Amino acid sequence: MVKAGVDGVLKAVKKVRGGVKVDHHKNTAEMEVVRIPTPSKVVIPMQQHIGAPCDPVVKVGDEVAVGQLIGDTDKFVSAPIHASVSGKVTAVGDVKLPNGVMSKAVTIESDGEMRLWDGIEPPKVETKEDFIKAVRASGLVGLGGAGFPTHIKLNFPADKNIDTLVINAAECEPYITVDYRECMENSWDILSSVYTLKEILGFKNVVIAAEDNKPEAFKILKNIADHKDDIDDSVKLMILESKYPQGAEKMMVQSATGRRVPPGKLPADVGCVVMNVASVAFIARYLKTGKPLVSRSLTVDGSAIANPKNVRVPVGTNIGEIIDFCGGFKTEPAKIITGGPMMGLAIVGTDLPVLKQNNAILAFSKDDAVLKPETDCIRCGRCAIACPMSLMPTNIVRAAKAKDADSLKQLGITVCMECGSCAFACPAGKPLVQHMRLAKAILREEGNK
Amino acid sequence: MVDGKKLVVSASPHLRTKDTTRGIMLDVIIALIPALIAAVILFGPRVLAVTATTVATAVLSEFLARKVMKRHNTIGDLSAVVTGLILAFNLPVSIPLWMAAIGSFFAIVVVKQMFGGIGQNFANPAIVARIVLLLSFGQAMGNWTAPLSWKTDAVSTATPLAIIGGESTEALPSLLDMFLGVRGGCLGETCSVALIIGGIYLMARKVISYKIPVAFIGTVAVIMLIAGKFDLEFVAYELMGGGLLLGAFFMATDYSTSPIKSNAKIVFGIGCGLLTCVIRLFASLPEGVSFAILIMNLLVPHIEKIMAPKPFGTVKEKKTKAGEAK
Ligand code: SF4
Ligand code: SF4
Repeated sequence: MVKAGVDGVLKAVKKVRGGVKVDHHKNTAEMEVVRIPTPSKVVIPMQQHIGAPCDPVVKVGDEVAVGQLIGDTDKFVSAPIHASVSGKVTAVGDVKLPNGVMSKAVTIESDGEMRLWDGIEPPKVETKEDFIKAVRASGLVGLGGAGFPTHIKLNFPADKNIDTLVINAAECEPYITVDYRECMENSWDILSSVYTLKEILGFKNVVIAAEDNKPEAFKILKNIADHKDDIDDSVKLMILESKYPQGAEKMMVQSATGRRVPPGKLPADVGCVVMNVASVAFIARYLKTGKPLVSRSLTVDGSAIANPKNVRVPVGTNIGEIIDFCGGFKTEPAKIITGGPMMGLAIVGTDLPVLKQNNAILAFSKDDAVLKPETDCIRCGRCAIACPMSLMPTNIVRAAKAKDADSLKQLGITVCMECGSCAFACPAGKPLVQHMRLAKAILREEGNK
Repeated sequence: MVDGKKLVVSASPHLRTKDTTRGIMLDVIIALIPALIAAVILFGPRVLAVTATTVATAVLSEFLARKVMKRHNTIGDLSAVVTGLILAFNLPVSIPLWMAAIGSFFAIVVVKQMFGGIGQNFANPAIVARIVLLLSFGQAMGNWTAPLSWKTDAVSTATPLAIIGGESTEALPSLLDMFLGVRGGCLGETCSVALIIGGIYLMARKVISYKIPVAFIGTVAVIMLIAGKFDLEFVAYELMGGGLLLGAFFMATDYSTSPIKSNAKIVFGIGCGLLTCVIRLFASLPEGVSFAILIMNLLVPHIEKIMAPKPFGTVKEKKTKAGEAK
């Protein structure tokens, strides 16, 4: 374990309070990312993440190649979508997304060749505008799970006084190791991106932050921070205590700068931009090659998976096919989730496509899937101790039961980021995140009245 | 391909702590055992009869009350066992068993279950039961048996605080006897060392935080130091006398009836200490702990309201605004 206080390594300016200690289960940490064989078909939803869905720009029968634009929109919060395999468009229709929402999707039958689209060329970037345009064209969204279009995050107005870029390599969710692999395998990309971002967007400080349970990645990131290009020593490495949800945006901002993002505000409002380390590395590759975001790395793990792996898959690959590549199930799966076990989404089946922002597929056998039974709240306060947002979940539950919108507002329910720390800590097994969502819905309803 | 029918689709998080209510209550029971053993040594096997009565009545009452109210059975969470134990600790060893049973029934049915069960009651069941017994059966509740006299002929004695208060001319037990529990008093409250061990166990297991006991005991110490004109021996008797340690570690820390947030816990603890001293010094009732905790129990909703934590980021916002105004 790396000890804090190593030369040139920062400690958190202000420690995150609350949070929970979860078992790391980083079983796949030393497994190199392997490319799965080209899938026979991909289903690429036009709604991948938060924001407006794209409209398909191809039709059934079209021949497409890897990196070719297949969906776009002129709505503000969105990122274009590209073909992830070469082949023929066989369907443009509705599919159900993992979260149950219906979306248009483009299905491409692969010709197995993974032919690159002719139109791909490295973007010319001279100004900030060029850069933002390029990032948009790349289709990049936050790869850490949230999936917010990156170009919007980076296109902050000059008067916001953004001075700090925080690169998030915390990877605080159990099981997931793809960000760690990104550091290990693509450190040059991270390095080159750090300096591009700093130069073009004019960050005064860059903080690369990782949890203290990743000593190997630390050595590599340290080299990046100490690189000779960093003449004014403005790129720093920061060690964070391993604790969930250390990697949440507001927590990262607090650790890196001591600033607190007020309720309803964004990191940009306190002068910070937080980017996931894999997104950062992608930017360097895109600037070099012009190949848009068409594939991503995933950790496939959990007690029901035969051969846990880190895999690189085309966006839109069928989840079942990925699990088959990992040896299928060794025991009957009782729960399958996309994303990490703390915030990930339980899915109803494996016949679903991988989205740009998915960072893991985890399958659990019955013993791990069935949570302990719910009992009465004993007012032990552990939920409040665990909440990094200083909320009192048990009181919120009471106010929600009474449909008391005023109290809910006072209790600050809107700042809840649904991180799940409270529910994890609850000895009574209360599904507190569900209650928090319900409480937010009550407040929304009240607002609409 | 796996179809959805067999998959559990529940809201995140998909991991939970292994701690359970039952586990927490079991820890409290474990923490009470040293004091129980001490009580048996000091006051004889009748301790076990009283304890068995209150525990059995508590569990049975909980079971029946839930049944009558058509609610799910909760005796498995062991909280009724804890209430029974703590109530027994608050009784004199000589109490008629039927009185102990009435107290236990009252604690569970009236104070706990009629308000909705665990986590919902606003006053500590054992404390209310004790006070009700005090008011109804004052004589039996004030009949103190001398420690270690059970082997021969049980003789009665006075409590050290009553002796200090001048109500009795008996000799005061030595400080060592106070520490070991060789003095008159409720059966589970006398052995300071056993209660401290139990309290430390609960803190080490993170079942309780140190805040309430430290604030409670600390406040009593400071006030008694001043009231006793800096006589340290007097302070030591006040701290080890009465039910202070039992109350501070095991009763004031009851989850349902104490505040959740740290700073509110400290205020609550200081309040308990203050009231204990006021009652002991001015109301000429040597025993102030139960009443003090009860009064503070009733104030918890107000303390929590006044000291409600600011959600993340709100405090800072005000500060920067103030900073800018400068
Ligand atoms: S952690 Fe669970 S049992 Fe404890 S106060 Fe919160 S909701 Fe109640
Ligand atoms: S889910 Fe919401 S209430 Fe629960 S710990 Fe996270 S931020 Fe706090």
